Amino acid sequence: MKKRILALVLAVLMTAALCACGGGKSPEVQPADIPNGSAGEKAPGGEITVGIAADLDTSLDPHVSSSSAGTREVLFNIYEGLVKPDTDGNLIPAIAEDYSVNETADAYTYTLRSGVRFHNGKTVTVGDVVYSLSRAAGLDTGEPLVSELAGIASVEAVDDRTVVVRLKKPDAEFNAYMYAAIIPEGVDIAAETVGTGPFRLVSRTPQESVVLERFADYWGEGAKLDKVTLKVIPDAQTMVLSLRSGAIDMAERLSSSQVADLGDLTILEGGNNVVQALYLNNDYEPFRDLRVRQALCFAIDKHALIELASDGHGTPIGSAMIPSMGRFVVPELTDYYKPDVEKARALLKEAGYEKLRFTITVPSNMQPHVDAAQVLVEQLRAAGIEATIRLVEWAAWYDEVYKGRDFEATVVGMDTHSLAASGCLARYQSDSSKNFINFKCDEYDETYRRAIAAVDEAEQTALFKQCQTILTEQAASVYIQDVASFVALQKNVGGYLFYPALYILDLASMYRAQ
Amino acid sequence: MLLVTLLLVSLIAYLAFEIIPGDPTTMLLGSDYSEERAEALRESMGLNRSVLVRYLDWLGSFLHGDPGTSYSYAMPVREVLRGKLAVTAVLSLMSWVLVIGVSLPFGIALVRYQNKPFGKLGVSVNQVFMAFPPFFLGIMLTYIFGLLLRLFTPGRFIPFSESVPGCLAYLFFPALAISIPKIAKTVKLLRASILSEMKRDYVLTAYSHGSSRWMVLKNHVVRNALLPVVTYLAMSLADIVASSIIVEQVFVVPGLGRLLVASISNRDYPVALCIVVMIASVVVIMNYLADILTQAIDPRVRLS
Repeated sequence: MKKRILALVLAVLMTAALCACGGGKSPEVQPADIPNGSAGEKAPGGEITVGIAADLDTSLDPHVSSSSAGTREVLFNIYEGLVKPDTDGNLIPAIAEDYSVNETADAYTYTLRSGVRFHNGKTVTVGDVVYSLSRAAGLDTGEPLVSELAGIASVEAVDDRTVVVRLKKPDAEFNAYMYAAIIPEGVDIAAETVGTGPFRLVSRTPQESVVLERFADYWGEGAKLDKVTLKVIPDAQTMVLSLRSGAIDMAERLSSSQVADLGDLTILEGGNNVVQALYLNNDYEPFRDLRVRQALCFAIDKHALIELASDGHGTPIGSAMIPSMGRFVVPELTDYYKPDVEKARALLKEAGYEKLRFTITVPSNMQPHVDAAQVLVEQLRAAGIEATIRLVEWAAWYDEVYKGRDFEATVVGMDTHSLAASGCLARYQSDSSKNFINFKCDEYDETYRRAIAAVDEAEQTALFKQCQTILTEQAASVYIQDVASFVALQKNVGGYLFYPALYILDLASMYRAQ
Repeated sequence: MLLVTLLLVSLIAYLAFEIIPGDPTTMLLGSDYSEERAEALRESMGLNRSVLVRYLDWLGSFLHGDPGTSYSYAMPVREVLRGKLAVTAVLSLMSWVLVIGVSLPFGIALVRYQNKPFGKLGVSVNQVFMAFPPFFLGIMLTYIFGLLLRLFTPGRFIPFSESVPGCLAYLFFPALAISIPKIAKTVKLLRASILSEMKRDYVLTAYSHGSSRWMVLKNHVVRNALLPVVTYLAMSLADIVASSIIVEQVFVVPGLGRLLVASISNRDYPVALCIVVMIASVVVIMNYLADILTQAIDPRVRLS
């Protein structure tokens, strides 16, 4: 009898819970520019646990680990460059106290801040800076580890506080790449994690957690928290449960459906800083024809897609620039192609591809892109285009699509490593190793080359804008949106900052109210 | 026989990793690298040798107790697995004990009260629970016992080193999620087995001696009816290990599960292979034990 009652109670509870988790209410969010004032008094010290969706990369070598954005955003707290980005999209001095550039924009002089220490207690010297930049730029091996630094011709120490970086050719944007980490000379950085940032790495357990501790000898204001534990939680639903139970204090880059159940927490909304697009392989036979690519642009309604896939959260885009890149953005391009199914059909007919079929390869672990692809397929079907989704593992996507360029179309989000416009645009040069969509356009190459060489900022900005216009007119790909990123914080945790353009998780500003 | 099976499993697993696309070096090098660097890395990792040579090399050191070095974590596989193996083992054993401890009395009770409301309702409830996949039960249990009743904090695993009772208490809930469908299946099997046994002639003889239904069940039928159930239970341990790998993810239990999934997607073959071979060993050994047990219960069965 008791068992029967227990079983009944269990069954009722389960039904109730089922109903409870199905509620699709839209999340209440605070605007991103008021970074959570509700967390009470800021108190120094304390610790928090942050949920991260993927374990950090194998190698924490700051010059090498460029593959995963999730690793870079954590390393932001451990390593610093001569300069670093702030929340307004400016570069502020970090290890360098000051810098100057010569008139021809091919020599940059940096003056080091005195008394900056590495986590191992040693003071940063000009020797360390020369070593770090030479290593990152591959001056000895001829092969740059950080591709943005390929333009460096030489790095010299002038005196014990000054370093001059000479470039092969002028680059007015070069300073934006100088976030490249400064590491101590003579330390095997692949094996030992030693930087100058506000946090130092204490321990790491594969697929479980990463522990960071406040670096007491930090040159600046330093971190507010004493300790941060990053806990690896790959499952989206488990992440939500862990937030609700209080097992973790914070998680970022959540989707609108994930935060719908988090009523008791502080929810912030920002951008993920990625260019999500239906990337088209311009070498795939039908996509060699401009009319076909344009037809796809007309066939897709990005506003409807954002509404369907993420409850209207997300910033529509019309070209390859991340929308938080400020002065480089060309808003007019967003709706350059007005959704028009008839026009799409007409263009396809003209090009001789009335029955267009292709496969969209999507990395299965990236839910926002899988969701977007599903909506895309429906929208394309309305224009008579038969697209099928092929889900592949991340490693396979990387090998086949990105490295092998063996694909027809794919949906992913491209991020940038720097505040320079080149971070988004360099990949479209015909000969770029990152040009996985095989985009070829002489006009683009020429405009891009002139933009990089331009010394005048206004002229350079105009040229970069022209580059984007070319990408849109040539329908290099079907640009969709910057995917919305939600951050969930327990009520007593605050200080989360959104950064424009870059993938950053700034832990130093975070605090726990007592 | 055991060893041959294990050898075959390891060879097939090794070849499977060879066939799936994705190269361990691309996962290590990041987005910008040249072919030369990738080639140099492959060389240093020994990946440019033929599959068979690599397999024999791996097998040689594995048999000497060295499962190699993880590609992803640049540390010995043994180190990577340390602690995680114990967690999965405890979770699996706990689930198994739950399955045995609950399903045997429940199954017998269902037959005993076959014609009472308890027996009738029990069968239906049992049928429902059989249909729940463990990961779904895991989410449900987390909601009910974690978020509504606050009996544990989902996501805050307590390691052995901190508190053994605390750890066991946390693991009880994932164990429940794993064992509920298994309990239901065992109960169904046991009930069917007892009922078919009840139709045998010896049962009639026992009744004619004046034994009650319960006496017949207890003294004669259950022992005979257990035969297929024991085989099933022994083999289900392997199944439980597989379920626990999934359920671990729901409860954020730092066991082998996530490591296995991650090592496959990172193409960290030494780690993945080691886990696969360990799980295969459990399957093979449990099958063997099931054979021995069957023989012990029913002497007519002879192992060839």
